[in-house]
Amino acid sequence: MTEPKKPSRLVDVLLILMMVLPLAAAVVLHVLFTPQEEGVAIHGAWVYYSADPDADLSQVISTGFIITESLINSWLVMISITGLALFLTHGLKEKATTVRQHVAEWIVENVEKLIRGNMGDFHVRPFAPFVCAVLALSVFSSLMSLLGVFTPTSDLSIIAGWALLVFIVITGYKACNGPRVYVRTFTSDGPVVAVLNVIGEFSTPVSMAFRHYGNVMSGAVIGVLVTSFLSGLSSSLLGAFGEAVPLLRIGIPAVLSVYFDLFSGAIQAYIFAMLTMLYVGGGFSEDDWIRRHSAKPKQTAGQTA
Amino acid sequence: MELALAIVFGCCALGAGIAMIAGIGPAIGEGYAVAKSCEAIGRQPESKSSVTSTMVMGCAIAETTGLYALVIAILLIFVAPGLMGNLIKTLSGN
Repeated sequence: MTEPKKPSRLVDVLLILMMVLPLAAAVVLHVLFTPQEEGVAIHGAWVYYSADPDADLSQVISTGFIITESLINSWLVMISITGLALFLTHGLKEKATTVRQHVAEWIVENVEKLIRGNMGDFHVRPFAPFVCAVLALSVFSSLMSLLGVFTPTSDLSIIAGWALLVFIVITGYKACNGPRVYVRTFTSDGPVVAVLNVIGEFSTPVSMAFRHYGNVMSGAVIGVLVTSFLSGLSSSLLGAFGEAVPLLRIGIPAVLSVYFDLFSGAIQAYIFAMLTMLYVGGGFSEDDWIRRHSAKPKQTAGQTA
Repeated sequence: MELALAIVFGCCALGAGIAMIAGIGPAIGEGYAVAKSCEAIGRQPESKSSVTSTMVMGCAIAETTGLYALVIAILLIFVAPGLMGNLIKTLSGN
């Protein structure tokens, strides 16, 4: 009886490949494009493709377009997360029997609980996918550093893109209140404070972007500094042998990586999602909406349901 | 031109160091937050999980000013010397 509904093995294998292959592709591209160099060095994302290879980076930003490693990696992470989501939801049944359905239900329930606690019931339905997507993208992007490739989250342009997206969502929800209410949120305290309010509004995406980027990138920079220090130390302590085989470099930087890559990346993803929820929830309050639209109770009831 | 480049590079390094003085602020603020949450956990050990999650959240937000300083310092170390060096080279070359 369950035979026709059983999820097919072939689709599972294809979805697992969809998860794994982009990550493998990221590693292969990183190895292919990394130039031969001495030791460890602090560097930005490698440029995979440039419309004008001879141009200076500052000229390229203004005129041409370049494809960097962080851009490619963030698209690969997105493909991988899509594969993971499809894999977890493949062959769903009404009553959860498989591990993956339990995992999928656990994720959905926890994200909905988080949003219900921070934004209220009203926002659960529209925002659960968005917040979960932001969380997953941020966590998995930060975890890319475990593969040794350039983390998309340590590139300011990637995070700035996310922060801009969140800013558009916040502004859109604030504008939902109506233009009069939106303007009044800035000008209610007088003209001098209004200027500060406008500046504060635009500092929201900047601070969100800098916070996440600064945390992840400072971890990467400190990791490189400690690694190069340890290799120098081992070559000065152990002589020629230490120079050939940097013994002290093995293992010790991994302790830092546990904090900077795993803990800090997860915390920053959580904070990014949390700030998104708080800003949107603060910009659009359910009670105000119901109070202003109390003349149209049917529409409000339909949206809250 | 060497003197000009030396002044630019030295001032970039000095500026990065001075910018990171801002690290004092988040350090004091986060230390205060952690001390207070330790007190709160000491008074009410059953509220440990919620106090800890709120503290981590607050610490991450208090860190923002330090991260601004960090971004400025990193720009001064890795980006500014190249830009200023190119500028000086073009100015003195022509």
